[in-house]
Amino acid sequence: MAKFISGANARWVGCEPDVRQRVYFANHSSNLDALVIWSALPPDVRALARPVAARDYWIKTKWRRYLANQIFHAVLIERKKPTAHDNPLKAMLEALGDRHSLIIFPEGGRQTGAELAPFKGGLYHLAKDRPDVEFVPVLLENLNRVLPKGEFLPVPLLASLSFGVPIKLAAGEVKSAFLERAQNAVKALQSK
Amino acid sequence: MNLKLDKQTCWLVGGVLALLLVSSFIGWLLSRRVTSDQARVTVHNLNARIRAWWMMVAVFGLAMATGGIGSIVLFALTSFLALREFITLTPTRLGDHRTLFWVFFIILPLQYYLIAIKWYGLFAILIPVYAFLFIPIRSAMAGDCENFLERTAKIQWALMICVYCVSYVPALLSLDIPGYAGQNGKLMFYFVLVAQISDVLQYVWGKTLGRHKIAPSVSPNKTWEGFIGGIASATLIGAGLWWATPFTPLQSAGMALAITLMGFFGGIVMSAIKRDRGVKDYGNLIEGHGGVMDRIDSLCFAAPIFFHLTRFFFT
Repeated sequence: MAKFISGANARWVGCEPDVRQRVYFANHSSNLDALVIWSALPPDVRALARPVAARDYWIKTKWRRYLANQIFHAVLIERKKPTAHDNPLKAMLEALGDRHSLIIFPEGGRQTGAELAPFKGGLYHLAKDRPDVEFVPVLLENLNRVLPKGEFLPVPLLASLSFGVPIKLAAGEVKSAFLERAQNAVKALQSK
Repeated sequence: MNLKLDKQTCWLVGGVLALLLVSSFIGWLLSRRVTSDQARVTVHNLNARIRAWWMMVAVFGLAMATGGIGSIVLFALTSFLALREFITLTPTRLGDHRTLFWVFFIILPLQYYLIAIKWYGLFAILIPVYAFLFIPIRSAMAGDCENFLERTAKIQWALMICVYCVSYVPALLSLDIPGYAGQNGKLMFYFVLVAQISDVLQYVWGKTLGRHKIAPSVSPNKTWEGFIGGIASATLIGAGLWWATPFTPLQSAGMALAITLMGFFGGIVMSAIKRDRGVKDYGNLIEGHGGVMDRIDSLCFAAPIFFHLTRFFFT
């Protein structure tokens, strides 16, 4: 039914749905992004997947807090001024634990253009600290048309999302090389 | 709007069910007899199509059974799904966002509301006049000029094809035909049946006898044999169904010919758009058929013509 309404069409191109620990990293253009990825996962996988989201946005109203905490079990991180005490990486590693998966948007915020913004370093640090976890590239298409940044009324277009081949940090790979490879993995999923 | 379940309706429904049963049986026989891989793919697709037909007939039958309002809701929903597929394939820009919202949530429901209250004078011009002018106004107000004419034309086109043209199918229920009061449900049934059976017959003739391609660059599956065989046999079927319509057998043949020809051209035009966008189907909602738009392309082009021919000559 959700698929019928949203029309979101999930393509598992590079891997199959699995409950093993993963970090899904995707391009970010709409507030619906996390919801769409989360709902595209099969129920058993979904139960373990936690979207990483900006705390400043998600604690603003009671409704948002309810959604973030009770429905999505989101990991809320500080993106404006991280401190040693309030470190996003620490929060993500804690949330990952020994069974959970994460959904993150390494561009750091919603983009309006067609191009991917450079990925933030957090993805690299996660990969370095948790070499056992698979990093799955996810490309979201058309969601920026469904609900673009700055709009509040969605238009019911068919969105699609593709899951690519998981990547891992290679031995001796430097930060910039890994981030570029991750970004290319998302780009490579473009259908045309 | 009272749609009586009279004897003729029973015959129509019974005929369609019998046809489906026979098709399912043939599909089952074929699936047991095929050997080559290519044939297996074709038969698998054929059986998927037949299963989807059962589903579509069930939905259409239910909508008809609820009287007029069910049919209007069904076609409004069909328009919505088709429009969604169409706009998804059409590159629009951020500046079109609010316009698209209007198109989906205001203009589309309004069109079907006007059909429900049978306000012919307004539903016939709402989209070609008011929406036509409103769309560029709303997009211009958003301030994005890039590809303006192209974007505007695409949204107007989508609205005309997916909403305006499709809405002419339930609009058949609003026609006042002397001596045919309360029986318009059969007219709608006749129209959908002829248009769809023509698609099926063109497919069957094309698959069995098709050799000479009719428009290879647009639709590689359409052949002269499929076209002539399909149109001729569907016209004969249409003529044979005259008893369910306000037409004489000869008039019914003429109407069926108009429906099937327009249906064929609808298929060609909608294929040309798909080719241009580099896709095979508009969507994947209906197994074996593709998207909603793939299934109703013939209806879109035939419905307004059939409506206006009937309105001009018979009311």
